[in-house]
Amino acid sequence: MSMSLTVAKRDSLQGSLDLLVLKVVSRRRRLHGYAIMSAIQEMSGDVLRVEEGSLYPALHRMEAAGWIRAEWIRKENGRRARVYELTPAGKKQLGLEESGWQTVTAAVNRVLREA
Amino acid sequence: MALWARIRNVFRGDHLNREIDEELESHIQEAIEQGRDPVEVRRAFGSALRHREGSRDVKLVVWLESLRADAIFGWRQLGKTKVTSAAAILSLALAIGACMSAFRLIDALLLRPLPVANPERLYDLSRQGIGPDGKPHTFDEWAYPDFQLMRAAVKNHAELIAVSHAEPADLTYRSDQEIEKAYLQYVSGWMFSTLGVRPALGRLFSENDDLRPGGHPYAVISHNYWTHRFGQDRNVIGRTFHMGNELYEIAGVTQTPFTGTEPGTMVDIFVPTMMNPAVTRNDSTWHRTLAVMRPGAALEPIRHKLDATSRSFEEERAKGFLGISKEDLDHWLNQTVLLEPAANGVSDLQSETQRPLAILGVLVALVLLVACANVANLMTAQASARTREMAVRVSIGGGQGRLVQLVLVQSAWLALLAAAVGGLFAWWSGPFVVSMINPPDNPARLRLPADWRVLGFALALALGVTLLFGLVPALRASSVNPVSALKGGDHPHSKRRLMHMLVAVQVAFCFLVVFVAGLFVTTFKRLSYQPTGFSADQVLVLDTVARNPQPMEFWDQAAEHLRSLPGVDTAAMADAPLLGGSSWNNFVSVNGGISNGILSYMRGVSPGWLEAMKIELKDGRDFRPSDTDPGSALVNETFAKVYFEGVDPVGKAFDLATDEGARLRYQIVGLVRDVRYRNLREPILPQFYVPFHSIDASGALRKKARATLFVRTSVAPRSLASVLRQEVPRARPEFRVSRIRTQLEINRSHTVRERLLATLTLFFAIVALLLAGVGLYGVLHYSVLQRRREIGIRISVGAQAGGIARLVTADVFSMVLFGSAAGVGLGMMSVLLIASLFYQVKATDLQMLAIPALAILAGALLAALRPILHAVRIDPASMLRAE
Repeated sequence: MSMSLTVAKRDSLQGSLDLLVLKVVSRRRRLHGYAIMSAIQEMSGDVLRVEEGSLYPALHRMEAAGWIRAEWIRKENGRRARVYELTPAGKKQLGLEESGWQTVTAAVNRVLREA
Repeated sequence: MALWARIRNVFRGDHLNREIDEELESHIQEAIEQGRDPVEVRRAFGSALRHREGSRDVKLVVWLESLRADAIFGWRQLGKTKVTSAAAILSLALAIGACMSAFRLIDALLLRPLPVANPERLYDLSRQGIGPDGKPHTFDEWAYPDFQLMRAAVKNHAELIAVSHAEPADLTYRSDQEIEKAYLQYVSGWMFSTLGVRPALGRLFSENDDLRPGGHPYAVISHNYWTHRFGQDRNVIGRTFHMGNELYEIAGVTQTPFTGTEPGTMVDIFVPTMMNPAVTRNDSTWHRTLAVMRPGAALEPIRHKLDATSRSFEEERAKGFLGISKEDLDHWLNQTVLLEPAANGVSDLQSETQRPLAILGVLVALVLLVACANVANLMTAQASARTREMAVRVSIGGGQGRLVQLVLVQSAWLALLAAAVGGLFAWWSGPFVVSMINPPDNPARLRLPADWRVLGFALALALGVTLLFGLVPALRASSVNPVSALKGGDHPHSKRRLMHMLVAVQVAFCFLVVFVAGLFVTTFKRLSYQPTGFSADQVLVLDTVARNPQPMEFWDQAAEHLRSLPGVDTAAMADAPLLGGSSWNNFVSVNGGISNGILSYMRGVSPGWLEAMKIELKDGRDFRPSDTDPGSALVNETFAKVYFEGVDPVGKAFDLATDEGARLRYQIVGLVRDVRYRNLREPILPQFYVPFHSIDASGALRKKARATLFVRTSVAPRSLASVLRQEVPRARPEFRVSRIRTQLEINRSHTVRERLLATLTLFFAIVALLLAGVGLYGVLHYSVLQRRREIGIRISVGAQAGGIARLVTADVFSMVLFGSAAGVGLGMMSVLLIASLFYQVKATDLQMLAIPALAILAGALLAALRPILHAVRIDPASMLRAE
């Protein structure tokens, strides 16, 4: 029972987080988790902050869905880092989510204007 | 690949944990380098463990969760399309069942290790050299004195075991009136302990039970025989039976799984080798030799020792050879001993059926592929009906892998259900096929256990089949473009192209199966109808035995008595029937010279035997009652060709050499037509017949304990069988009939393999045709449904029925042609491997290619009929209104 609860909760966050991550990964190739997190924060002018606790499960889920691809690289300081990049399926997904987002925000805006 | 990665994750938990930990640690280090406070970063992260679990959840639990959901959804989906699902399951079940029963058979006969201790250390000894016919030849029978020498030579490295061929023996438990048959095998006393076989009751033999010739009249019976003959009666120990002159006492019962070392034969009774009358003879090869290597023993040095021992034995023996050419002698002595692994036993049935079974296995696999193509087409058609559902799933965020999984799970349902039904089919058909290997008179007896091997095979098959027919439709379905699909337009052409490709594949395999079946059926027909030189119709063959050798006049009286019975045309005697499996040969020398190295085959026959068998006498006369062996002989045409350059040999003479070094002279009194002696395939052998009355060195008539009586009847031969069984002891109370066969049954036993191949390949051909027909029908039906709008418009603007039929079938029929062409290619390649099993039939015969071509064409037309009618009858008005 608790299992399906976790799943449900994550699903409700999914919409915007997936979109943001996919967008960031599509702009710059081969980013590791920390860089993705910083990029979202930076590009949103510090408005949006992604928690580490939601970022990694989301990354792994999207990897499992085949939208992003992960790879271990060795950095100059010798440490290994796991970097992500967009797959063709992810690109398609990004398009869908983006148009979905536009539709929803446009609709919300219309409602706000009408009201 | 995403799916594969997840499946891998399930099995690589630890590795996964390490990877996740490393990634999180690398994140923290990165944050610290960017100038964040280490303590704050770690706190923000919370417990690393919690994240790891969270991430793992995503990878594992979500997958399992989704699998469960897909399984339920897939099951409901099957229920929604009951008819298609049932068709798919049944066609797949038939193919899977055929595969499983083929596997059971192949496994039981060829693959399964014997139920003994360390079967991997078991080897079979054989000799390889140039045979008397000048061709390479391998032989795995041995003379016992040779065996004893070899056993002593390798005593420290391997244990040798002698086992005779298990053969039906005549024995009686109470009175002579009740002769029964049991499979009897002579075995070394130490066999049971060496193979680790333990008694279920009483005691098994030991070394001490196998010391003196004729000195150990004890028997061990198999668990199976104990159950069937004695109902597991524990008082069986100590019971006695008569066999020949000897009274044997039952000493023990073996444990369940052990039924001897010959797959295909279950031994009922084991007796010590020392009880075999041939045990002291140098010139009689009658048993196999098995070697059990001691742990760590090297093979080659042992083989070398065996080779040297056997060679010196034969060199010693060859000093007594007479009338054999130098070349033949060299061939004889230059044989090499081979040690071949025998973990799964050694039997004639194995070597005879190895290739036929392999061929059947391949054909069965082809039928399975045809069925898979069928189901794949069905699934593709079904998936296209679900394009909208797939599109919705994609647009709400179902990843590609997830959709592949969904369709695959549904395929797995089909495959599992089909495997279950197929398992039932295999359970029924396995023993049925075994019963076909041999005629009912001498059935192959094979354990067909259904255990983890069979279950494992079935599961692997179901899994493989799922991937085979499920993957392509699954990938297709998941690559759906949601935008265009939801708008209502899809791409029927690409889907049809895939289905057409599968039709071509199906037709190619189907063609191959039908083609090979045609070749085997023709082989069987040609072999069965080929002239034997004698008439087998209306002839009964009575194997007759007596407890002790009986004088010739008694035998003559018995034959005389049978001749007087109503329904009997004539009766005669011989030592054995033609084509009956026993062969007797010798080198012949003409004019006192040495032999030309060609073996001649012999048969002892009574006067009137030629008439009973309807063998034509070309010249000279039949035997008279006064003719004796040695003395007179009848020879066949091939004999005259081989030894007398084709000149009529009547009145001439030839000599035979005995092992004791004497020469026996025979006067040729008649020339007879060639007949089939050993089998139906080989070239006719040079043969001669000697009188059934044989005399010893002093000129006295020899007594005989067994003979074969031949009765030509004027009524159906089988109807006289029971009468004759009673009449023989009535003529002479000393005699018993131990076995009655018709000569026709004996002849047919030579086409068992061909009949098996012909029947089973024909069955598979019919199944393949049926499946391909159903598949074709499905594809045509689907394409008519898809194009009904177009067809409706065409009809409304005046298209003719012929044009519509062409439109609907053109693509598919070109695929049928393409598939058939590929089938011809496949057929031509594959027959190269199996040509040796054919008889008087060539793969390139036009007729052989015409059979599958016509069968497939007819099947295709039949399959196309309904979809064409459907297309032609589309009512444009109602069709366009509905749209």
